[in-house]
Amino acid sequence: MDIDFAPEDEAFRAEVRSFIEENYPKHLVGADRGELSKEDFLAWHKILAEKGWVAPSWPEEFGGTGWTVTQKYIWNEESAAFGTIPPLPFGVAMLGPVIYSFGNQEQKDWVLPGILSGETWWCQGYSEPGAGSDLAGLKTKAELDGDEYVVNGHKIWTTLAQHADWMFCLVRTSSDGKPQEGISFLLIDMDTPGIEVKPIITIDGGHEVNEVFLTDVRVPAKNLVGEQDKGWTIAKFLLGNERSGIAGVARSKKAIDRLRDIARAELEDGAPLLDSADFSKKIAELEVDLTALEYTELRTLASESKGQGPGPESSILKIKGTEIQQRITELTMEAVGNYASPWVPQLDRGDNYLAIGPDHAEGVSQSYFNNRKTSIYGGSNEIQRNIIAKMVLGL
Amino acid sequence: MDFSFTEEQTLLRNMVQSFVQDNYDFDARMKIVRSEEGMSQEIWQQFAELGLLAAPFSEEMGGLDGGPIETMVIMEELGRGLVVEPYLPTVVLCGGILSRHGSDAQKEAQLPGIIGGEEIWALAYAEPQSRFNPADVLTSAKADGDGYVLNGTKAVVVAAPWASKLIVSARISGEQRDSDGLGLFIVEKSAAGVSTQDYPTVDGNRASEVTLENVAVAADALIGEAGNGLSILEEALDYGIGAVCAEAIGHMKCLNDATVEYCKTRKQFGVPIGSFQVLQHRMVDMFMEYEQSVSMTYMVNMKLVEGEAERRKAAAGAKVQIGKSGRFVGQEAVQLHGGMGMTEELNVGHYFKRLTVIDTQFGNVDHHLKRFAAA
Repeated sequence: MDIDFAPEDEAFRAEVRSFIEENYPKHLVGADRGELSKEDFLAWHKILAEKGWVAPSWPEEFGGTGWTVTQKYIWNEESAAFGTIPPLPFGVAMLGPVIYSFGNQEQKDWVLPGILSGETWWCQGYSEPGAGSDLAGLKTKAELDGDEYVVNGHKIWTTLAQHADWMFCLVRTSSDGKPQEGISFLLIDMDTPGIEVKPIITIDGGHEVNEVFLTDVRVPAKNLVGEQDKGWTIAKFLLGNERSGIAGVARSKKAIDRLRDIARAELEDGAPLLDSADFSKKIAELEVDLTALEYTELRTLASESKGQGPGPESSILKIKGTEIQQRITELTMEAVGNYASPWVPQLDRGDNYLAIGPDHAEGVSQSYFNNRKTSIYGGSNEIQRNIIAKMVLGL
Repeated sequence: MDFSFTEEQTLLRNMVQSFVQDNYDFDARMKIVRSEEGMSQEIWQQFAELGLLAAPFSEEMGGLDGGPIETMVIMEELGRGLVVEPYLPTVVLCGGILSRHGSDAQKEAQLPGIIGGEEIWALAYAEPQSRFNPADVLTSAKADGDGYVLNGTKAVVVAAPWASKLIVSARISGEQRDSDGLGLFIVEKSAAGVSTQDYPTVDGNRASEVTLENVAVAADALIGEAGNGLSILEEALDYGIGAVCAEAIGHMKCLNDATVEYCKTRKQFGVPIGSFQVLQHRMVDMFMEYEQSVSMTYMVNMKLVEGEAERRKAAAGAKVQIGKSGRFVGQEAVQLHGGMGMTEELNVGHYFKRLTVIDTQFGNVDHHLKRFAAA
């Protein structure tokens, strides 16, 4: 056992750190995700594309970086420590691995370059009003008509679909047998007639998710990935990948640093809140939890570097990672006291808008409300516990 | 010992409940919240006509002679409707201070405007640096001839955008956090030197940052004795705690009912999700938190009229309970509703947001745990 990084890893850390510092767009330093335009989301992605660093997790032959597991870890840590807006997960983390693992040569040739360059914005057509935790209960139907599928149905919680060029979509191509049989994985051009995207406003006032209605949408049969009716395997493969990046340790570390800064600036009876035994103890508890999660993730990475893929244990990372993120936002809101309640939506701010209360109080409640989603999405934390119960404990 | 309500109290509850049901469903509420003014003058006038604005005041003042239990009944029902009209600041906080500590002249001058629905009041006590300590006051009141001149900034003054009158805490003497030396002053919002920056709050209310710059008030603007403001203020905040506890149990009841109903009807894996034991136990925990909160709400509202020491301990304890339970019930209600619980269009998220603000209002769990331990 050895927890020190090798000298070449430290050299790598210095290299990526200075690259980020020198190249990250200045206007996006510390930007709030809720206020980003499509161009903002893609700005850093496009810089990374030039450098060839968009998709470190991909095999080199498809455009990956060829980094070791440790180097990838360092990259994630440095990116989070700087607070970069990472490349969108829909293409890089979700669809890309599906395409190079299950797609045919033609699909690899047209899908992967668009993901790497940032030219194609993908969204994920998975959940439906009747198919949330029970994803296999999905009803969106695709019927083959000549060399096209005709798709009818209703997707929901589709993140950032308002910007998307394409959607990867789970559809039902057969109703025979178990619900898991008869699902197919289709790539759908969002410009196709019959697609309507309707915004869903969430309790933090943001517009991140959408409903997508599909009415007689004609999709070329060549956009099917893998075999017809065998899409469930792909769906599960993708969800496994979605979980593995979800611990968010480095970003939580940064968020705790910020929490500590806020608690240092906030006063309780004239003294910094951070000096209060109650409050500093709560931060300490959070940090202990996060340290445990960090080492759990490192152990997962270590076994991954020995060629074992992320197993059902990755559900631990999702559950603990999201619980910690939620707790951080809760304590940050608590730290700002009375100034957690002012709420002036972006749209209502005139040119003469003055921030209410201290700058660091801005958006803390929205962030708390928004983060309640993390224990719901990506397979709710209840479902993750079921996975561990069944797959790990054999219950 | 008796935990039952009188016939009059039951009638009062039924009246408020049916008023809210008929006039303040979720759509109507959101329309009011999103309107430019952010409250409904029409609803406020109806409150006056129904006698709600007169409830806690003595009969000789034109009131209905109600006490904390009547306020509790009203606030619980307003809580169920997520009502934003400023009953708490106008009637419970400011009206309460005036009726308990105002001079006869002040009562005669001010209470009819509250009871009749003509004037809305806001209590300006917190300051940017004060966090939850009401004694931490930098706003100064300098004696000047017969009156005082006020200077300072008041933070997150709920309902101030709608108010015509404010009760402002200011320091007449002593150091920043001294218990002695505070005064409570009636200030016209239109007075020279008063300026406000108005904004919405996360729970659908409105508040202001209030700046006082050489605001001259007459001697008769002072409520009670000079220097004795803190004890009057702390008592008012404890009455406020009794009221928000009641409001919060209204929220929790609605959230629990909605969650149980949703879990009975929402099907996944071919069965209602309420058939899963893990979710059943979560709803049982929500139910127990609610029941414990009801108990503490009754307790505090019975003890508000007791001696100061008992009142303080009761209020601190109740606020701890409500803060913790409200957080738990709100978070779990959202979680069990899944993505739907995250949407602006469902009432669940709005109850959750109001409960989140109540957790902080008049001091959070940590603040009141310390106060409870010291009491």
